[in-house]
Amino acid sequence: MAGTASGGARQSKWGPYLLVAPGVLWLLVFYVIPLVTLGKTSIAVVDGPWWSGFQRAFTAYGGHFGRSIKFAFIATLFGIALGYPLAYLMAFRAGRFKNLLLGLVILPFFTTFLVRTFAWKTILNDSGPAMWVLNQLHLMPSGGRLLNTSIAVIGGLTYNFLPFMIMPIYVSLEKIDRRLVEAAYDLYSGPVRAFIKVILPLSLPGVFAGSLLVFIPATGDFINAELLGSPNQQMIGTVIQNQFLQVRDYPLAASISFVLMAAITMGVLLYARILGTEELA
Amino acid sequence: MAAVSTLPRRLATRLLDIWAVLVLVYLFLPIAVIILYSFNTPAGKFNFVWKAFSLDAWRNPFKYPPLVEAMKLSLKVASLSTLVATIFGTLMALALCRYKFKGSGVISLLLVLPLTTPEVVLGSSLLSLFLNLNAQMGYATIVIAHIMFSVSYVALTVRARIRGFDWTLEEAAMDLGANPFRVVMKVTLPLIAPGIAAAGMLSFALSLDDFIITLFNSGSRVTYPLYVYGAQRAAYPPQINVMATAILATSLLALGLSVMWQNRTLRQAMVKE
Repeated sequence: MAGTASGGARQSKWGPYLLVAPGVLWLLVFYVIPLVTLGKTSIAVVDGPWWSGFQRAFTAYGGHFGRSIKFAFIATLFGIALGYPLAYLMAFRAGRFKNLLLGLVILPFFTTFLVRTFAWKTILNDSGPAMWVLNQLHLMPSGGRLLNTSIAVIGGLTYNFLPFMIMPIYVSLEKIDRRLVEAAYDLYSGPVRAFIKVILPLSLPGVFAGSLLVFIPATGDFINAELLGSPNQQMIGTVIQNQFLQVRDYPLAASISFVLMAAITMGVLLYARILGTEELA
Repeated sequence: MAAVSTLPRRLATRLLDIWAVLVLVYLFLPIAVIILYSFNTPAGKFNFVWKAFSLDAWRNPFKYPPLVEAMKLSLKVASLSTLVATIFGTLMALALCRYKFKGSGVISLLLVLPLTTPEVVLGSSLLSLFLNLNAQMGYATIVIAHIMFSVSYVALTVRARIRGFDWTLEEAAMDLGANPFRVVMKVTLPLIAPGIAAAGMLSFALSLDDFIITLFNSGSRVTYPLYVYGAQRAAYPPQINVMATAILATSLLALGLSVMWQNRTLRQAMVKE
């Protein structure tokens, strides 16, 4: 690596291309080309017009799409409600406990996703601790349950993706220049006003990134729905998985998968338009 | 700062503290359950309802050969995919940080895109490719898939860590007569090593935990998460909890060691200054 120019960024003809080549090739062959293949598979219908897979994706599974987006949307809102205050506390008030808190937020996610979700099943089932507490407090109507309900599925989604909400919000809060907040106080704004006028707007890029990092995986997830919900809570991921691996109706399966990606891409672009385009990473 | 320590403000602060504690409880509740139930004597096939304390599962963690095989496969996949992804990703991060070149914007976008694609789409599109090629699903396809999603995480993590480094140090070393190989070994690598280590650990953890993408591309091979998926339908022994607890403890140890290492590097840097 001979230095050709002084300072930070260098000019070189081949160096950078050689460095990125293996990674870029891998992503082209195993990320970009598969998406093209997915598109091709979706229109390779044997009997009927090429768009029949897409038609069935909407007519037969529209409900699954709607439910996935609804659950993911609610989980994202819950994520903000739970995560923002904790991120705020870590950034502004944790002092020397900041790193400890950061560690505590990440730590649960070093256990396996599936084992964690199964643990929620243990907590929420009819003879589990959560139901016992609710029954003792007479908060649960007779015959009511937690497991196999939408509440359990949304709770699981919120739980499994919460760190992806907390971390970006924390990073954006941490970056805020404290002097701006002090200036707001010096100009006689109260804590609420200082928060709404200074802190909140400056932390929006974090909320934006966090929402995407929660919403996207939550929409495609099917573990929470399968483990914590009943067939009534089935999400679109289950259908894709089932069509690809059991039914093996590849054009239909690929159509559904394609529609999911298209819907999410459009949603992300729209969201970026509304909230400003902050780079994700 | 004009001290505004009024009653409503103190009340709001107190509420914030309580909220944060509740969120932390929410985060740790399942973890407590996982650890606790590794000491359970399950009533039936499923380790689902608390019955009695026992050390059985910890005494015989390898009682179920399929579980052990699944764990071995997961560790193999994670090691190999982490090694390859860390090399590829680090090289990409170095190129993006240190050179101005045409196409770097497109490459940054290519790195972010897999993270904004749902796993079920990543898994199923890769499956359509393998089906089209008539490829045999198994160990190789799992590793290919894991490298694919890890490269982005590695490249972005390393890039975030090494942005704004003082690369003139390399030139200084060369001016002092060091050959390029020596420069890389003595200056470049030590500078970026903590970032690479963090990225490698992230990649390993992601690989060990991945379920959805693996499900589509595993053929008949069973990784640890796939075993758990099957187990929650057929029989769920407490040994699963023992393994999960062991993974947690190992991660904690690795995390602690890396923090210590970074602190030491920081201290050394400060002493030199």
